[in-house]
Amino acid sequence: MCTVCGCGTETIEEHHHDHDHDHPHHHEELAPIEGLIDAGGGIAGVHVPGLSQDRIVRIERDILSKNNAYAAENRHRFARTGTFVLNLVSSPGSGKTTLLCRTIEALKTRMPIAVIEGDQQTSNDAERIRATGVAAVQVNTGKGCHLDAHMVGHALDSLPLERGGVLFIENVGNLVCPAAFDLGEAHKVVVLSVTEGEDKPAKYPDMFAAADLMLLTKSDLLPHLDFDVGACMAAALRVNPRLQILTLSAKTGENLEAFLAWIEARATRRVRA
Amino acid sequence: MHEMALCEGVVGLVEDEARKQSFTRVKSIVLEIGVLGHVEPEAMLFCFDAVSRGTIAEGAHLVIERTPGAGWCLDCGKTVPLTERFGACPDCGQHHVQMTSGDELRVRELEVE
Repeated sequence: MCTVCGCGTETIEEHHHDHDHDHPHHHEELAPIEGLIDAGGGIAGVHVPGLSQDRIVRIERDILSKNNAYAAENRHRFARTGTFVLNLVSSPGSGKTTLLCRTIEALKTRMPIAVIEGDQQTSNDAERIRATGVAAVQVNTGKGCHLDAHMVGHALDSLPLERGGVLFIENVGNLVCPAAFDLGEAHKVVVLSVTEGEDKPAKYPDMFAAADLMLLTKSDLLPHLDFDVGACMAAALRVNPRLQILTLSAKTGENLEAFLAWIEARATRRVRA
Repeated sequence: MHEMALCEGVVGLVEDEARKQSFTRVKSIVLEIGVLGHVEPEAMLFCFDAVSRGTIAEGAHLVIERTPGAGWCLDCGKTVPLTERFGACPDCGQHHVQMTSGDELRVRELEVE
């Protein structure tokens, strides 16, 4: 791992990791206030009985603060190009890539589209996306279980964004860790297929709490399954009362139009704003 | 593996602080981890040794303090204790509770020399 900026072991396709980038780091200085006697205001910033005063350094910083700073940089970048960004999250095998390919086929004549694909290994998904004719960059996270904002920043260096387009970030298939890592997206979209359990929102609440839209996919299989759509929606809404939910099938195209309208309405509003 | 990335974040913060405050060794690191968060303290302890090796934080004692969960119950109009992230209000049994603490995840202090 690079100790200067914390770059991990991830590799980004067609990208050389030679560190000619610069990341602005802002450090807040603690200024002493005149007329204030503060027992915790020594060099160390805190008094702890039993520990020598000059040896304690109080920092109080969120462990995710570094990721959040990179996410803010990405968000500025997206604002400059008026790009509408969705972070697609789900467990492996929910059909994210198939849904994405269908969505791209339908939207590519209406607006510019780009894709960042996250997987532990292989470029299979990026190749599937490129077959639809849009630009895609594959990020391999290696041992990592999620994309972070820094990886996305690097991927953006080799992915030109056209003004007013949509960027889909397909996260690593994992219903746990990607919930905590902001990438700079407008919305997290959680994809849940009906071949999974309807209690998944209750079992993995963090992801459903972090998302703004839930897509219940593979609806064409519902007649063959005991999946209770109502129970699944109820579980999701308990975790996140603001969650919007669409049931659709990438295979038959059922309700896909609703998802396209959801994207278009928001992407258009973003360009105007 | 999630905890692995978070440990890298901890080491990163310690290294930033070492540059600012010019210390060369870290004896202990105090982390504040909320009980309602998505982080497993045991996994943090497990990953920390591996991640800190070869860094300024190597050999530091990782102290994890747990922050209890609490939320604001909209129906009762008061702060109530929470034992699960999206749990019901212990008084009225309704789920109209907004979490106000318990998902903290921060480095609070370092003991250095």
